[in-house]
Amino acid sequence: MKLIKKGAEASLYLTKWHDRKVIMKVRLPKKYRPPELDERIRTYRTAHEPQLMHEAKMAGVPTPIIFLVDMNKATITMEYVEGQQVKKLIDTLSMDEGKKLCEKIGGLIGNLHQHGVIHGDLTTSNMILTRKGKIFLVDFGLGEKNTELEAKGVDLHLMKRALQSTHYEIAEECFRSVLFGYSSVVGNEKTREVMEKIREIEQRGRYVAERQEKA
Amino acid sequence: MHRLQIKTCTLENNEKLEGNALMKTAAGKYCLGVESTADDFGVGISTFEGDIIANASSGYIPEEGGIHPREAARHHSEVADKVLQEALTKAEIKPRDLNIIAFSQGPGLGPCLRTGATVARALASYLNIPLVGVNHSIAHIEIGKLKTGTKDPVTLYVSGGNTIVTAYAYGRYRIFGETLDIALGNCLDVFAREAGLKHKKGMPLGAALEQLAAEGRKLIPLPYVVKGMDLSLSGLLTAATTSLHKYESRLEDLCYSLQENAFSMVTEVTERALAHTEKREILLTGGVAANKRLQSMLTIISEEHDARFSVVPKEFATDNGAMIAWTGVLAYKCGMVIPVEESFVKLRWRIEKVDVPWVK
Repeated sequence: MKLIKKGAEASLYLTKWHDRKVIMKVRLPKKYRPPELDERIRTYRTAHEPQLMHEAKMAGVPTPIIFLVDMNKATITMEYVEGQQVKKLIDTLSMDEGKKLCEKIGGLIGNLHQHGVIHGDLTTSNMILTRKGKIFLVDFGLGEKNTELEAKGVDLHLMKRALQSTHYEIAEECFRSVLFGYSSVVGNEKTREVMEKIREIEQRGRYVAERQEKA
Repeated sequence: MHRLQIKTCTLENNEKLEGNALMKTAAGKYCLGVESTADDFGVGISTFEGDIIANASSGYIPEEGGIHPREAARHHSEVADKVLQEALTKAEIKPRDLNIIAFSQGPGLGPCLRTGATVARALASYLNIPLVGVNHSIAHIEIGKLKTGTKDPVTLYVSGGNTIVTAYAYGRYRIFGETLDIALGNCLDVFAREAGLKHKKGMPLGAALEQLAAEGRKLIPLPYVVKGMDLSLSGLLTAATTSLHKYESRLEDLCYSLQENAFSMVTEVTERALAHTEKREILLTGGVAANKRLQSMLTIISEEHDARFSVVPKEFATDNGAMIAWTGVLAYKCGMVIPVEESFVKLRWRIEKVDVPWVK
């Protein structure tokens, strides 16, 4: 078993399962949290993640195949998806290629939202581009089933925030393309609604310049 | 995809700048900083080398409820001359010895910010020395780095008005996590007031809550809301307050549960930022930094990630003038001086919008 990523929320191991290359996602106990709270969070996320990945597939969004879920050990065994993390890839692309990729991502988010799936952590490190050009979404641990506009707005707002902190130079262009791709799936009307919602969510934050300008 | 230009500043251009400015003696160069973003009015004095030679302040304590911006501003204007005098006396210098004036330009409460800005402008104009506008959140990080010897940390800044996880990347402090609604200190304070806890001399509401929480035994289920890199505390506050008014549980248990939930949430997002940025230091600052339980949670994650954990000493973790003075020095050395007529306050000045050319 080889540790390939030690995240804050879970550790990812690359291993073999019935001669297949698989990823084991282990949510180890967090010592900083009280045990009751920790167990509640880890079990909840371990149970929900595979369900949401399944829902995402039904919505036409590629996600790794789930092989095994072990609730006691808070471990999910899933397909190892070979490809490049969008996080690392995006900065190497030309403006046009980058925009196309972001549009495609936006389309996938549109598919999810149309089927009431909220990803909950839309960062470029949770997206993998395969050699065949498919984009896989991973890490649904913070996601939920929700059809409300509010949830969709927060989901996209978080994507925007993640772009701003990691891909500061291209964040705006990229997010515009994401919304463009999103609208091609859900339509202009719904995209306008969700954009309006995003603005509302942003203004709830304390230090947002837009709020001052409006006032 | 295209790259933006990053602003940097080296020591060479400082020298040039200082040659032009009004420098009396090479030995004593002082910056006076005025802080007035919220309930504290503070005046600090720093030398150009980062020796803090004075840090005076006066806090506004509301008779009931939270901070009333106008009342706080009135308090600031009433104590301004006294605090200023106290700082100068402590530093053993005269106003004429000052080389620059820095002030907290935002973010914060309008009336409070304007009071501090007025004091700073008056001083700079009267003494005819440069004025520097400082971002309050950045000042918290810079004084923290100075006082703890931290170089390039992931900073968790938690206070009554702020809950930010931030780290330097590419010319600016970037936000790797923040609250989607209310701040951590705000959440704890409001709950403490709802529970009837009172401000005591030298003991903020948060400390009273911490004491009660230490007596808590039973974890009451409350919302735990982490959304991606961000978190939300308003639901937690509502749930805790509702439970309080229903008299369902011991107050100690509620305080304990509220703290455990809220602190676990900020710790999770901090750990996430640490894993994401792969930095080797964690810096904890702001008014809530004094909480021992929060400190212990962060110690655990820093050990797991092989990072060094530092807490900013209380005097410099809460709002203070010294941090503004020191950040003023850094900004001044990079030529970031503002004319008085352009020195309006910025109530919602996001940390991500400010260039920090002195950070390498």
